[in-house]
Amino acid sequence: MSSIAVGAELPAQDFPIARGDLVRYAGASLDFNPLHWNEHFAKSVGLPDVIAHGMFTMASAIRVVTDWAGDPGAVVEYSVRFTRPVVVPDPDGATLHVAGSVRAVRDDGLVEVDLTCTVEGQTVLARARAVVRVPATSGSA
Amino acid sequence: MPIDQSFVGRVYPPTAPYEVGREKIREFADAVKDPNPAYRDPVAARALGYDDVIAPPTFAIVMTLPAGHQVIDDPELGIDYSRVVHGEQRFVHTRPVRAGDVLQVVVTVDAIRAAAGNDLVTTRADVTTVGGEAVLTAFGTLVARGTA
Repeated sequence: MSSIAVGAELPAQDFPIARGDLVRYAGASLDFNPLHWNEHFAKSVGLPDVIAHGMFTMASAIRVVTDWAGDPGAVVEYSVRFTRPVVVPDPDGATLHVAGSVRAVRDDGLVEVDLTCTVEGQTVLARARAVVRVPATSGSA
Repeated sequence: MPIDQSFVGRVYPPTAPYEVGREKIREFADAVKDPNPAYRDPVAARALGYDDVIAPPTFAIVMTLPAGHQVIDDPELGIDYSRVVHGEQRFVHTRPVRAGDVLQVVVTVDAIRAAAGNDLVTTRADVTTVGGEAVLTAFGTLVARGTA
């Protein structure tokens, strides 16, 4: 635990998002809102194109924490604010960039991590934060 | 019309039991493109101290999103679903969801506030086993545009 310092950076990752990923996520999550697969519908409500499920983006971003911690069950809390839709044009898609840093190490050993989640430099998830139980033997940042 | 504050604290009936299966967890993990073996391989999950494969941190949305529709569909609140967007989401886990769990969700209207001409409705979804063991709580904030 002493090896984890406030400000330490977690390995950043890029997550490509293609239209087919959204169709697959719709099926697995049972969220079939046409905003996430129907270009005609998305444009009819004023969006530039189909947008990713916010929950898909949220699920992708936590990988930076779970891959670092080793045990994905160690994530005790995870919260985000959806600030900007992730537009996913076909066929080019979008790329989500996620970086993380240690915000605090609590007295009870839980580690607070701040995530920055951007697409083309613009924040798509704000106040993205996880609280994770990190075993002493892993998670060196 | 802004949504009436008096609905804060309203509790909806528990949802029908949801049985968490290994293959549903695998399907969800595949869909979020996360190859972690803890979601697929019981041996890998046991090595981390779990009885069976565990689910990704946001998996419970498959239960809490439909459960939250009780609030959106509640005619007394009068939320126009076509104007609703997902504003915030938070999960607080007592433990990870794992294969074999039989879970139910109790939804409560946690907060209602107005901001920038919108109504923000926060729902609290308490996920427990049917035996009453706490597993997680999910807070979702819905933004109902242009109602306040």
